Formats: sequence, C-alpha cells, structure tokens
Amino acid sequence: MSIHEQLFQGSKICLTPIDHEKDPEIVARWTQDAEYQRMLNSDVVRPLSPAQVKKQYEAIEKASEESNGMFYYSIRTLARDDQPERLIGFARLYWIEWSHAAGMLQIGIGDPADRRQGYGSEALRLMLRYAFMELNLFRLGALIPEYNTPALALFQKAGFIEEIRRREALNRYGRRWDMLHLGLLHGDWKARLNG
Amino acid sequence: MHTNLNTGQLVRLSAEEPQVWAEAFTRWSRDTEYIRLLDDAPAQAWSVTKRKQWLEKELEDPERSYLFGIRTLTEDQLIGFVGLDGIQHTHGDTWVGIGVGDRNYWSKGYGSEAMRLILRYAFTELNLHRVSLGVFAYNTRAQRAYEKCGFQLEGVIHQAFLREGQRWDLLNMGILRAEWLAQNGKGLE
Repeated sequence: MSIHEQLFQGSKICLTPIDHEKDPEIVARWTQDAEYQRMLNSDVVRPLSPAQVKKQYEAIEKASEESNGMFYYSIRTLARDDQPERLIGFARLYWIEWSHAAGMLQIGIGDPADRRQGYGSEALRLMLRYAFMELNLFRLGALIPEYNTPALALFQKAGFIEEIRRREALNRYGRRWDMLHLGLLHGDWKARLNG
Repeated sequence: MHTNLNTGQLVRLSAEEPQVWAEAFTRWSRDTEYIRLLDDAPAQAWSVTKRKQWLEKELEDPERSYLFGIRTLTEDQLIGFVGLDGIQHTHGDTWVGIGVGDRNYWSKGYGSEAMRLILRYAFTELNLHRVSLGVFAYNTRAQRAYEKCGFQLEGVIHQAFLREGQRWDLLNMGILRAEWLAQNGKGLE
C-alpha cells in the first residue's frame, strides 16, 4: 500500500458517488428481485419506484452530511474500450461511532449476472482499505443472514469472523434462520495483508 | 389470563409524559457511571429542553414506541426506564434496553423485575419470537441479572468500545419464546 495507490479504483470496478439522474432507474429494477433484498437485510421486501429510490438517495446524502456516520458508494464496472462505466451495486460504511472507531460494512451487487465475477470481493478489498487506512477505524462489523452463504464466504475469506449468532432472528422461506454478526479488527486485517 | 401485565411485586411499568421523561433522563445522566453502563455514546450533558425535543421525535418512530417508566409500588418513584426498540414484527424480533437511573435502587431486584415484566409483555402480549440485548463486558451486575431472567450469551463483539484508554467487549444475549415459556409459561399455552 502506498499513498500513491488509488483508494476508489480497482482492476475491475470503482467506487463512485451516486448519480441521482441515472442510478435510480437501475436500482428500482433490482428491487423487483425479492431475493436480492432478502440477502441484504431483514426489512420487509417491497419493490421501489425510481422516484422512491431517488428519495432514499437524498436521505442517504443528508445522513452522511449531518452525522458523518455513513459513507456510501455506487459500485461501477470500469469503462473499457467502447463500454462506458456501468452501475452494478453499492458499498457503504454505516453506524460509524467515532469515539470507538467502529463501523458497519455492507455490500450489494444488484444483478445476479454480475455476481461471482469478482466484483464483490474487489469492492470489499477497497472498502476495507478505505475504512482502515483513510477513516482510521479500529473495527468493522457486518450483519449477514445465515442463508446468505455467498456473502458469508466472501467476508470470511477477507478475514471476518463470526462474533454473534442471534438465534432464530429471521422468519423466511417458511422457517427460522439465525442472523449473524461478523467482525474484523484493524490489526487482524493488517496482519493478513502482510502475512 | 387475569394477570396484570404491568405490575410485579416491587415495580410497575408506567406511562410518562415527555416533560417527566426529559427531567428524569437529564437527572440520571449526571451520573456518568450510570451513563457508561447504559450506553456507548459519549457521555454528555443535554438540557431538559433538548432531551424533550429528542424524545418526542424518537417516540414518533413506531419501532420505538414501547418505552415504559419503572415506578416503585410503595412510593411511586420513577427510578428508571425499560423499552423495546427495533421491533420487527415480520420476524417477531426486538431489542430491549433497560436502565435504573436512580442508583439507590441498584442490586435490589427492581431492574430484574422490570425486565421480567417487559419479557412477559413481549412474549404474551406482542407475541414476539425472541428478544435481544447488548451489554458491556464491564457491566457484570447486569449480565448476572439478565442470565437470571433467562437470557443466554449469543456472542461477543470483540473490542467494541474504547473507554478509559482500554478496549472492551460488547456481549450480546438473547432469549427465545420457547425458552421463556419453559421457565415462565405454566398455564399460558
């Protein structure tokens, strides 16, 4: 790592600001996919219109500005040849508690065709570097439902360990599932990089 | 069937006006030992006015609408609060928070009884499936009380807090409906 290395750019994707004009339509399309939403969190699944997504975006930027407790990025593929950048997901740090240097991390890749392409793992790598080397956080947590095995594998591969298992906290697909809380400390992340 | 849900042997769960809450929270917050056992936010001094504005906004959130006072039965003193927040009815899940702000009532069973009352409320009136809480590693008195109420340790957030120059763990505990019923549910179901 060096001061000259780009924080927001990887080899396949980049972390970018929200585009309030173009992004809402694409995100609204993702919300038609109930599975995408179920993998992300425990909120009640519902499709959103582009106008509703736009409102959410405005709320996100307002929250980021007011409390400095959220950092939100749109994940885009890099422009190549005649292909322009393309929105594929989001990554955010939230619930940041500055006095304890702790925060939460979440990543979503909207279209199933864009999963298993290495985009998520690159976004995770960039976000970890950003959280630990720019925001100087001490630890990160991630809430992942037990049934979201791709996300669990991704985060565990990056060094996250299971810290809490909230038994039967979710009622989905006709049965009970645990909600998992994973965690990663700055020191453990750094040791893995160097090791 | 004819149990009074809100009343135990020592305390009752009460409804309080925003002004009463604001004054009580402001009074209790001057005790920083209490505040640091209760919350991970930095201890600070809020006026009654600011506290009241914050509270009124907070109580508009339907996920936070179950906030009760803890009042003694003998002298009708408001000694603390207990509340459910982050309720998710689709999953039957909620968080619980409790604080006995008046330290004269610590370690005498008042808080434990209030917790038992809110659990009964959560499981027999709201019909929830589970209740979760977080407790600091240095708050061993609360941990013991929660264990006695039937909570089980569900995990540890490592080095979650920095206080007094030291990192501390945050423990998470939970109780399932079936566990609560096995201990308290005679004649209920």
